[in-house]
Amino acid sequence: MTDPMIPLWEVFIRARAGLAHRHVGSVHAADSEMALTAARDVYTRRGEGVSIWVVPSAAITASDPGDEADLFEPAEAKPYRHPTFYAVPKEVGDM
Amino acid sequence: MADDRLFDYVLGLADDALVLGHRLSEWCGHAPLLEEELALANIGLDLLGIARRLYGYAGDLERKGRDEDALAYLRDAPQYRNLLLVEQPNGDFAQTIVRQFFYSAHAAPFWRAMAGSSDSTLAGIAAEARHEAAYHLRHAGDWLVRLGDGTAESRHRAQTAVDALWPYTGEMFEAAEVAVTPDPAMLRGQWNETVAAVLAEATLTRPADGWMQSGGRRGRHSEHLGYLLAELQFLQRAYPGARW
Repeated sequence: MTDPMIPLWEVFIRARAGLAHRHVGSVHAADSEMALTAARDVYTRRGEGVSIWVVPSAAITASDPGDEADLFEPAEAKPYRHPTFYAVPKEVGDM
Repeated sequence: MADDRLFDYVLGLADDALVLGHRLSEWCGHAPLLEEELALANIGLDLLGIARRLYGYAGDLERKGRDEDALAYLRDAPQYRNLLLVEQPNGDFAQTIVRQFFYSAHAAPFWRAMAGSSDSTLAGIAAEARHEAAYHLRHAGDWLVRLGDGTAESRHRAQTAVDALWPYTGEMFEAAEVAVTPDPAMLRGQWNETVAAVLAEATLTRPADGWMQSGGRRGRHSEHLGYLLAELQFLQRAYPGARW
């Protein structure tokens, strides 16, 4: 379905007060209000959430999978960026 | 006697919900969008849930041992008490939306008022139904605005549906001879307000008030109800008492 009058929207749902909205999927809808209603019917039928955000899919700028090596591989060679890299001295005790 | 009247009244409300819910179920596999497929099925299931509770109450009032299945599956069209509006065919998507909108614009204030009823069973059912009906109204109203204020074709289809279904709207406000019913004049006022606001936003024309269809509450139905019941009741009629 690529009807230009019915674009795609990304749906984010907050499961409970205090939690962040999480991406759950997408819906087609003519505008943002209709996208909210569609998201309610598609994604909250079993009590999944207390709040919904919808964002036009076209508003998302995504990283290029072809850049994966340049963007993400350098981090793999830097284990010292993880806290687990460091041995905790005995004197510190439980953290 | 009072119980007989209340039985008829509750039965009418239950039949409205069952017949409209069944109509919506006919969209399964045919809706214009996956999202709308789920929305229409959701609304249909909401209505079915309300119908079951109302049939249960009607059976208790009647005291003849008929349960929800007996009331839904083993009555013929002339014994059904639903509004003529809800048995009208789905037609195109616009007709389904307009039928839902006209019905829900009444059901939402109806159940809101009924939630404060002195009849505790109806008040309990209304506590659930009022939120569902409010959502159904929002869904249908949102669509009607988009269809009316949409393309030339969607606008034409929406106006055609409004004109075709208008004569079926008067029946919702006929007086019922039971104490528990909300004031029809109050409901008509709220319905008129909702309909005027949404039609204006949808840039559609409100038809002139004129002659209105009537008879559903007395069992005088259009030919459509018989076909609907034939499908709805087929299994119980062909295999009486079948369970699974």
